[in-house]
Amino acid sequence: MNELLKVSNLHASIGDKEILKGINLTIKPGEVHAIMGPNGSGKSTLSSVLAGNPTFTVTEGEVSFHGLDLLSLSPEDRSHEGLFLSFQYPVEIPGVSMVNFMRAAVNAKLKYFNKPPMPANEFLKLMREKRAIVELDNKLASRSVNEGFSGGEKKRNEIFQMAVLEPCLSILDETDSGLDIDALRIVAEGVNKLKTPDNATIVITHYQRLLDYIKPDVVHILYKGRIVYTGGPELALELEEKGYDWIKNQADNIGKEA
Amino acid sequence: MMGALNQYLELFDNSRHDIDNGSAGAMNRLRHDARAALEGRRLPDTGDEGFEKTSIEAMFAPDLGLNINRVALPCDIASAFKCGVPNVSSLLAIMVNDTFVPSATLLNNLPDGITVMSLARAAAERPEEIDRHYGTAASLDAPGTALNTMLAQDGIYIHVDRGIKLDRPLQLVNLTSTPVPMLIPRRVLIVLEEGASLSVLTCDHTMKDSASAVSSQVIEILAGPGSSLNVCDIEESAPDQSRYSQTYVTMHDGADVSIGGMTLHCGTTRNEYSVDIRGQHCQCHLGGMAIGSGKQHIDNSSDVIHSAPHSDSRQLFKYVLDDEAHGAFEGSIVVTPDAPYTQAYQSDRNILASANARMHTKPQLLIYNDEVKCSHGATTGQLDEQALFYMQTRGIPRQQARMMLMQAFMAEVIDTVRVDAVRDRLRYLVERRLAGFDASCNDCSTCHTQQ
Ligand SMILES: Nc1ncnc2c1ncn2[C@@H]1O[C@H](COP(=O)(O)OP(=O)(O)OP(=O)(O)O)[C@@H](O)[C@H]1O
Ligand SMILES: [Mg+2]
Repeated sequence: MNELLKVSNLHASIGDKEILKGINLTIKPGEVHAIMGPNGSGKSTLSSVLAGNPTFTVTEGEVSFHGLDLLSLSPEDRSHEGLFLSFQYPVEIPGVSMVNFMRAAVNAKLKYFNKPPMPANEFLKLMREKRAIVELDNKLASRSVNEGFSGGEKKRNEIFQMAVLEPCLSILDETDSGLDIDALRIVAEGVNKLKTPDNATIVITHYQRLLDYIKPDVVHILYKGRIVYTGGPELALELEEKGYDWIKNQADNIGKEA
Repeated sequence: MMGALNQYLELFDNSRHDIDNGSAGAMNRLRHDARAALEGRRLPDTGDEGFEKTSIEAMFAPDLGLNINRVALPCDIASAFKCGVPNVSSLLAIMVNDTFVPSATLLNNLPDGITVMSLARAAAERPEEIDRHYGTAASLDAPGTALNTMLAQDGIYIHVDRGIKLDRPLQLVNLTSTPVPMLIPRRVLIVLEEGASLSVLTCDHTMKDSASAVSSQVIEILAGPGSSLNVCDIEESAPDQSRYSQTYVTMHDGADVSIGGMTLHCGTTRNEYSVDIRGQHCQCHLGGMAIGSGKQHIDNSSDVIHSAPHSDSRQLFKYVLDDEAHGAFEGSIVVTPDAPYTQAYQSDRNILASANARMHTKPQLLIYNDEVKCSHGATTGQLDEQALFYMQTRGIPRQQARMMLMQAFMAEVIDTVRVDAVRDRLRYLVERRLAGFDASCNDCSTCHTQQ
């Protein structure tokens, strides 16, 4: 069967500190994968590396993204090819308005596919439509990117951008953190609305409550830079109940034996 | 003492008669004081107090010609016209090198109460008026100013009568067009009578095929009580050009003066602003932006003196330096014992966009008074890598993302320009500059492709 994403033995470091120590992960179109794991285990690092953050150096391994060598692409080309990262901590960009930011993003993608820029009225219509999906306040559109947005507004803004860019693989890095219950529902519903049989989602979260809305097909546990456990949706419930200790012990013991 | 200055002193001593012949009245009268002030002096060199990174000596050292005999140099003015501000071209004054170009259109469009004319002609036709003002703000203690005063034969005289408010900006275009390396001494005198109001947009352009030139520019601004002046000065010259501009402002009670110096394209540029706030309840805004790439060198220096109570001054200078561009900013605020209740702020923020760009900054506060609110700050940093990466993940190419961040950084300075049409024009020029259309006005591609 065709794979959308295939990560093989991925190692990545920052300076001489190795953070990802051999990640293997395969995702097919239409699937939702949840990645859970204790703080500092490398979840955000994995998403950053997939998105092409130059802070991290890939020292070993391969990533294929619908047949492309993902690691050889610039971050912008990864985006054009359909990868989207919803940041755990969306970045504030003072002085760059949301409108200019999105227009640049939309037109850059069109240009990548040799298409002319989007006419202004069409662009504004697109913005309106996509804002509605996450009920993003109109007033935020005229402000600088994420500047002065509340935590929840930033997360909604991420999903709004995802809606505009229509990626085939979305990585949602703790998109649920900072959201109140209503916002969580709205954002999760937004994600579900954007789901098609052809695209896939990686949901990074600490909590079952997001997974109540966005039902995962597969749940992975990342610990100390490795995926140490993979299971079905029930794994998330088990973690919620028992915490990570049993996984940690198990993984650390295997580590000792090795 | 040998130095760059000598060749000019010699030239002056040998050509005094010709220089006087090409000018008039007060301009000639002050030459002799200027000559005396330069005796035994030299031009500032790097490392001199206030000239840490810029050598005026080196700038003036080449063997430069002077157009003492007022030969009309050919210049295709029309080709530079597209650099004009849209919709405000009805009030357009042009200098080609150091010569004012008379224009019937300008004359016909000038409202009553406003004079814009050749300074040499004004010195001849309105001697008492020019006598009263010329050289009163500029200081002959500054060798650059003395040199300019000794040699300048023409320039622009702007006078706004009491209570007259000009409703649209006046545009001054300085065109450099010379077949041989030349020194261009130019003089600007702006007099605002009580309650007068004026906005000026100045553009420096180097014509295609011009040889290198050194512009020596002394601007005197006399802001009468309650008067208001906005100046936006945009330099778009070329890498082989040098500019030494010295602006002197005298402010009287209630005057409101805002000056922005925007260096978009240049070779070596040094701008000095000396503001003497003599009046109470004055507002002074000094702003500047510098966008440097290649080997451009941009040095701004400000000196704001508060000598009367209850006045405010604000300074904001921002630099973005790429490649091997060098920037310098030295600014001082002096609050004298006679100036309680002063508010004076100064801020200098810079971005080094490449590892080889350099910035030197030295802010200074000298306060001889307890009843003041003053602050100053200077920061130099890099483009925000996190923001760049974030933009890239949204598909915005890195180069464009860099440009957008630089534009955003400059927005604060652009917003200090008060006249809408001028502000929009500047925003557009900055955008183009950052987008890499940096062929500069040397071949005027920047302007010609815009329409
Ligand atoms: N820029 C950085 N510099 C140094 N260390 C880093 C950097 N980014 C991440 N790390 C380290 O890498 C490890 C993994 O961090 P990462 O952010 O990927 O964890 P995480 O699983 O996302 O944790 P959390 O659940 O808290 O979000 C941590 O030990 C962290 O300190
Ligand atoms: Mg994380």
